[in-house]
Amino acid sequence: MSLSTLLVLADGRLPAGAHAHSGGVEAAVAAGRVHDLATLRSFLVGRTATAGEVAAAFAAATCRALTGPQLQDALGGSPDRRGDEPGGPRAFAGVDSDRVRELDDGIDARTASPALRAASRAQGRALLRAAARIWPTTPSTTAGKQPHHPVAVGIAAAAAGLRPREAALVAVYGGITGSASAAVRLLGLDPYAVHALVAELAPECDRLAARAADRADLPVDDLPAGSAILLDIGAEQHATWEVRLFAS
Amino acid sequence: MRPEHPARAVRIGIGGPVGSGKTALVAALCRALAGELRVAVVTNDIYTTEDADFLRRAGVLPDDRIRAVETGCCPHTAIRDDISANLDAVEELEEDLGELDLILVESGGDNLTATFSKGLVDHQIFVVDVAGGDKVPRKGGPGVTTADLLVVNKTDLAPLVGADLGVMARDAAARRGNLPTVFLTLVGDPGAEPVTAWVRDRVAHGVDPAAADHAESAPPHTHSANAEPHGAGAG
Amino acid sequence: MRAEARVVAEADGRGGTRLSTVYGEPPLLPRRTGHRHAGHAEVHLVGGAAGPLGGDELRIHVEVGPDAHLVVRTVAASLAQPSHPPRHSTLTITATVHGTLAWLPEPTVAVTGCDHTTRSIVDLCDGAELLWREELIAGRHDEPSGDLRAATTVRCGGRTILRHDLAIGPSADAGPATVGGARAVGTLLVVGPHAPTRPTATSTGATMPLANAPAALISATASDAAGLRRALDGDTVNTWAADPSAKPGNCRKN
Ligand SMILES: Nc1nc2c(ncn2[C@@H]2O[C@H](COP(=O)(O)OP(=O)(O)O)[C@@H](O)[C@H]2O)c(=O)[nH]1
Ligand SMILES: [Mg+2]
Repeated sequence: MSLSTLLVLADGRLPAGAHAHSGGVEAAVAAGRVHDLATLRSFLVGRTATAGEVAAAFAAATCRALTGPQLQDALGGSPDRRGDEPGGPRAFAGVDSDRVRELDDGIDARTASPALRAASRAQGRALLRAAARIWPTTPSTTAGKQPHHPVAVGIAAAAAGLRPREAALVAVYGGITGSASAAVRLLGLDPYAVHALVAELAPECDRLAARAADRADLPVDDLPAGSAILLDIGAEQHATWEVRLFAS
Repeated sequence: MRPEHPARAVRIGIGGPVGSGKTALVAALCRALAGELRVAVVTNDIYTTEDADFLRRAGVLPDDRIRAVETGCCPHTAIRDDISANLDAVEELEEDLGELDLILVESGGDNLTATFSKGLVDHQIFVVDVAGGDKVPRKGGPGVTTADLLVVNKTDLAPLVGADLGVMARDAAARRGNLPTVFLTLVGDPGAEPVTAWVRDRVAHGVDPAAADHAESAPPHTHSANAEPHGAGAG
Repeated sequence: MRAEARVVAEADGRGGTRLSTVYGEPPLLPRRTGHRHAGHAEVHLVGGAAGPLGGDELRIHVEVGPDAHLVVRTVAASLAQPSHPPRHSTLTITATVHGTLAWLPEPTVAVTGCDHTTRSIVDLCDGAELLWREELIAGRHDEPSGDLRAATTVRCGGRTILRHDLAIGPSADAGPATVGGARAVGTLLVVGPHAPTRPTATSTGATMPLANAPAALISATASDAAGLRRALDGDTVNTWAADPSAKPGNCRKN
């Protein structure tokens, strides 16, 4: 695994459409639920514990489905606790692409809000487009051209030669930075203070990513499904606005 | 005049400061060209429905030929650094409407540094207005210096704001070398004659094959037999 | 305590529904209620108010045969209670539906210190119709909430169409992304041709058509149980549960 490759995929400036999405912050700001650093912090914590954990789990599981359970038996125990393997873009095991479709379905089942499903697929499509241009080995999968975003993260990570844990990290970390930078833009918050929040959540990102990798082989119904009712409601309201700055 | 077998529609970006007349120019172009070309519009304005309403009221384009893109407070980013949302809009127009000849992409409120990525458009027009002061061309910036066509709009207002069109023409020429500049008043010339002629010419030349590859719409390796349009139930 | 209840409803061949099994062990006691002549059968679970208690392992299995129509309610809110020493309690509800099932229990209240999970797994056969309501209340009156989770899986023709976990209490997030400090949260799932097909939203509730089935989830937060019930039910339950006398909150004594 290449650390630099992980940075490429996790970079907020990757041209994959993230800047146009607020992760629910624009709706929460309009509803008055997020208005300062403290409320932003609570928002990020709650979002990470629900949508963030789901995204991490599905990104890891997709990456695993495409890269296979390498060395699992040889080393015993958790497949993602093994030492670093030769990294870099490489061939996939090409394993079990029906699983990718099932995972995509699993996000449909976890995303009651049509607006959030559309936002997730829009971001998935954009990320897949970026990945295909950056890593030409990006595989086509049974999830099609506009998979849900966490599935696209898993596909891109696999194409980039990353492992499930890193895929999960990109998914959960991207959710936090996307919401955080939207809050900076919408509320004019002190960017240093907001990034201090992001840094504070880093250990939680690591924890969720490790957990996601450990559970990357679970049946889809057993993957995390924490729901955030206000994210759903906010997204549906947001979708009806005449004027909005973010796509979601 | 339509090119024989367009690989895809010619994409022209229309940038420039807020209020300079981009939407008015889009309306004028649609009015002038909709009879001869298959035209669609992508707008990055935050008042998306207003722009769409304006275009519809003006009777220049049906609703389904206009797509709005949200830019997350970063209009420059959406046309230059991360063009994915605009590419999505362009692709959707092409998917929904079939073959098109011309797609106009209007940027959101820019400053003078904003330009379109070559990954998004084939040509770009930068619109400034005389009400912004006759120093604008001298100030330069990538929009003024590198746009394929510079439009200095609202010349009808020049006497009112004391703008010297001669100075603007001289500065523009100095900044732009051989690149063309046109002076326009949409009040006096609602058909935007010189701009329409320039656009018509670009469409007739079609898309440079190299550029077509560059500003390709579909990712090359992600086609799937099972790819169904995920409408995602939205709406 | 371990206890189990089973209810099996079948079409009676004359346009009605008969209950071929109504079995329960305390504290899960299903009782046939409602009108004998109505087109559907109605069952109330009585005694729910006593539990679940820490350590309980409760199971309810419901089967609704082709063309049968079953409504299940509880007579009162369930109070999820702690035990000493503290132990986790579970209620596992499984349902297999060919016909129509309306699962409309009263809310579950998370008493201070409780640690309870309700796990629901619903399998709908093609053409089955469903109303499935889940309401979680954070404590009685002003007491701090215990931990209460609802983990729900609904499949339609074998394909999972809804999978969500709701949680309230000290271990769950209650911030502006999730429930915004609301004391009452819940959902009502509607599956079938009557399910709303257009999304709508208010500031505290939304109706959301699901992706892969003729189904919609209504989600809401509220400051109390009554407000939550109003937000969830709207007109849905009364128009579709097909029992004019079975109004929400109507608890017949048995
Ligand atoms: N006087 C004058 N007004 C114009 C001209 N072109 C556009 N406008 C007006 O300038 C305002 C801003 O135009 P608009 O197209 O919305 O600008 P945009 O923000 O660049 O899209 C509108 O009120 C137009 O009617 C022009 O040539 N002369
Ligand atoms: Mg405009």
